Amino acid sequence: MEILMAFVIGILFMTATYLMLSKSLLRIIVGTGLLSHGAHLLILTMGGLKRGAAPILGGNAESYTDPLPQALILTAIVISFGVTAFFLVLAYRAYQELGTDNIEEMRGTEKDD
Amino acid sequence: MTNLIILPILIPLITGAILIFLNQRITAQRVVSTISSICTIIAAWFIIQKVRTEGVQSLNVSSWDAPFGITLVSDMFSALLVLTTSIVAFFCLIYSFKSIGHEREKYYYYAVFNFLIVGVNGAFTTGDIFNLFVFFEVMLMSSYVLLVLGGTKIQLRESIKYLLVNVISSALFVIAVAYLYSVVGTLNMAHISSRINEISVNGMPGILTVIAVMFLIVFGLKGAIFPLYFWMPGSYYAPPAPVLALFGALLTKVGVYSITRTYTLFFYHDMDTFGLLSILAILSIVFGVIGAIAYWDMKNIIIYNIIVAVGVILYGVSVMNTASISGAVYYLVHDMIIKAALFLLIGVVISITGTSNLRKISGLINRYPGLGWTFFIAALALAGIPPLSGFVGKLLIVQGGFEGESFIGAFIILMSSLLVLFSVMKIFINGFWGKDRTYGVEEKAPVKRLLIAPVMLVVISALYGIGSESILPYISQAAETLLDPNIYINAVLKE
Repeated sequence: MEILMAFVIGILFMTATYLMLSKSLLRIIVGTGLLSHGAHLLILTMGGLKRGAAPILGGNAESYTDPLPQALILTAIVISFGVTAFFLVLAYRAYQELGTDNIEEMRGTEKDD
Repeated sequence: MTNLIILPILIPLITGAILIFLNQRITAQRVVSTISSICTIIAAWFIIQKVRTEGVQSLNVSSWDAPFGITLVSDMFSALLVLTTSIVAFFCLIYSFKSIGHEREKYYYYAVFNFLIVGVNGAFTTGDIFNLFVFFEVMLMSSYVLLVLGGTKIQLRESIKYLLVNVISSALFVIAVAYLYSVVGTLNMAHISSRINEISVNGMPGILTVIAVMFLIVFGLKGAIFPLYFWMPGSYYAPPAPVLALFGALLTKVGVYSITRTYTLFFYHDMDTFGLLSILAILSIVFGVIGAIAYWDMKNIIIYNIIVAVGVILYGVSVMNTASISGAVYYLVHDMIIKAALFLLIGVVISITGTSNLRKISGLINRYPGLGWTFFIAALALAGIPPLSGFVGKLLIVQGGFEGESFIGAFIILMSSLLVLFSVMKIFINGFWGKDRTYGVEEKAPVKRLLIAPVMLVVISALYGIGSESILPYISQAAETLLDPNIYINAVLKE
């Protein structure tokens, strides 16, 4: 199962890298979204995928799952959600002001506004 | 256990929340944020005194015991940085009153300002590696807003690049933490350190070296070390002076702090990674100096000087002996104060002339002698002329370099001081000397009011240098904790 997950994560990173290297701003944002998905799956997988009961004292189960990666993912998802939302708004504002969504045309040369 | 150490995080957080509701009432916002800023400074001062007398302080949030819950830890290193952050933030705030403009003030400038301080103080205080990530995000989110607030073309354009770089580095941070967790099975920094110590009896395992390098990349992106500083000159160029001062003084230093903390606490078994750090630090100095002397724009010159300073501090960390670590801590505090002062002074010059291009400015000292001489003293302090504060730090770092028989690095730092002096003197000679000019800016800038904050910062910097004799016990206590991880571990895990 871990090996399958490793492939999934690898493909996500690969796609994310490809998208982020493109020139359209929207593709780049989708790329960052996929990158953070890959990172979140990686957290889940790195601890080792375990089956077992919820880690509550007194459950008398044979084995317990590790709750920590899930807590970490939850936090990381919320953060990347917020950042992506901000990024989308920023991209829209930049499109309105600069009249382009092509990163190539956003190279900074004129220094004073 | 004491609740005191959470105050520098809690006070700005509550203030920021209150200020959101006061967004139309500018005077009220100013009063509230000034009071909260002073309270933060006082709290940070008490923390330092407590750490001085009772050693490393730790707080288990919600009383979950140390390796399981989130722990906040305040050793002398982080306490000193929290105090410096609070002081720098206070003066940037005072400066903002006269320069930032009503539009920004109504659009939550002060609230976001306070949230930025929450992130920075939190990153300095936390004792949990994932919590460090969370505070990084708090800090970055606020910095995105501060960078883009105002919405001019250059700000929008540079914000996109800044945001993209930081989103990628945050993803790498999460990945690095995931790897670290899979190896050691804990997130508490003291616990990680003791576990790494257990498995590194015959040298550090290869996977930990990989993780060390990953952390170096993540924090190096934030702290702008050699191959990873490419985003900084562009992004830092865009925002107005007080925001720039805040970024230049605080944000990169959080990256430097994190490298110092993780390398001295986790990865001290493997000297190869320290060698890598040392090479990158020296290259940062070289490339930073090249940038600083190449530009004819005041902002760019000082921005490249940030890279030089980051290199100097990290070189001190990489040598890893008592003198060099003390020097790095001393220089880190010095650099936060003096960079804020220099950026604010440049902000004053820009408010007079309307440009930061040195070719369009001359003879400012005729009409503004106070500004000119303050800038001169700040420039000397930056380069490290005794008795100003840059000198002691560089002296200790160079002394440590020679003791550690790392002569090339120490020599490059000495040479770089000369070129740093040249780069800031270029601003002084071209901008302040020569024939007085008139500038096309219509309104008269309130120069006297604007000068209060940078002058006070330069005075603090000078006192920090002259009074180094009485400050040195605090610095050496910080260095002692950094060099002996057991002090930190015992304070957190065995209460």
